[in-house]
Amino acid sequence: MTVKDLIDKNWYKVINEGDETEREIGKVFCCDLLSIAMGKAPADCAWVTVMGNINTLAVATLADAAVVILAENAQLDANAASKAAQQGVTVLATEMPIFDAALQIYRALNA
Amino acid sequence: MEDAIVLKYQVIDGEFQRAGEVSSDVKHKLKQMGVPANIVRKVAIAMYEGEVNMVIHANGGEITVEITPEQIKMILADVGPGIPDVEKAMTAGFSTASDATRNLGFGAGMGLPNMKKNTDSLDIETLLGEGTTITMIVKL
Ligand SMILES: Nc1ncnc2c1ncn2[C@@H]1O[C@H](COP(=O)(O)OP(=O)(O)OP(=O)(O)O)[C@@H](O)[C@H]1O
Ligand SMILES: [Mg+2]
Repeated sequence: MTVKDLIDKNWYKVINEGDETEREIGKVFCCDLLSIAMGKAPADCAWVTVMGNINTLAVATLADAAVVILAENAQLDANAASKAAQQGVTVLATEMPIFDAALQIYRALNA
Repeated sequence: MEDAIVLKYQVIDGEFQRAGEVSSDVKHKLKQMGVPANIVRKVAIAMYEGEVNMVIHANGGEITVEITPEQIKMILADVGPGIPDVEKAMTAGFSTASDATRNLGFGAGMGLPNMKKNTDSLDIETLLGEGTTITMIVKL
């Protein structure tokens, strides 16, 4: 499943459509602590988190996440939004809890 | 090492909004040079953790990156308080991060362990009240 395929499911609100939406999503990863995500998030993952600040975007870019999903209706602050646009990171948002969103993506990946 | 490419950056104290900019720039440049993606990722992770530490624990400083055909060397020199117990600081989970920085998602105490894990060598020189210089090497 590519990032575009995930967007096209219309499950999530598109906060920012990034540059590389043809990228294949590898695994799903959940964690809100930045340096745990930095150390453990696999490249090409779909990262589900509730932290919507600029540091999330920095970690997503540097750790090569394919897409960020903000759960629990978490918002991207203004700085983070401009960083997402500038770095071309795809950011989606949902009211679902982290686990539910991650499970939904996991099921789609393994369907 | 006469054919080394050298990059130099200033890291500004307390600039949370900009933490990661140096790492992003280095990542971008390494990609352009054709450095393999897995190596670029290791450098980016190690450097980001070091850069953030300079912003949140030290008072900023300077990052130098030396690139040769054999290796990428990162030198992170800050003018912060120094690290009283390096072994303790290297322990996974140890953190002195403030509540304000924890609220941003920092403070898991995994930064230094990530730096160690993603590099071939990590050397910490630190002097209390003077600052800390961390040298990391990733082999190509
Ligand atoms: N450059 C530095 N100057 C002074 N102290 C430092 C420096 N880098 C790290 N430390 C000390 O070492 C501790 C551990 O650092 P580490 O990066 O592993 O965790 P952290 O920064 O507290 O949290 P995290 O990186 O997981 O967000 C810090 O809490 C701090 O006390
Ligand atoms: Mg740290």
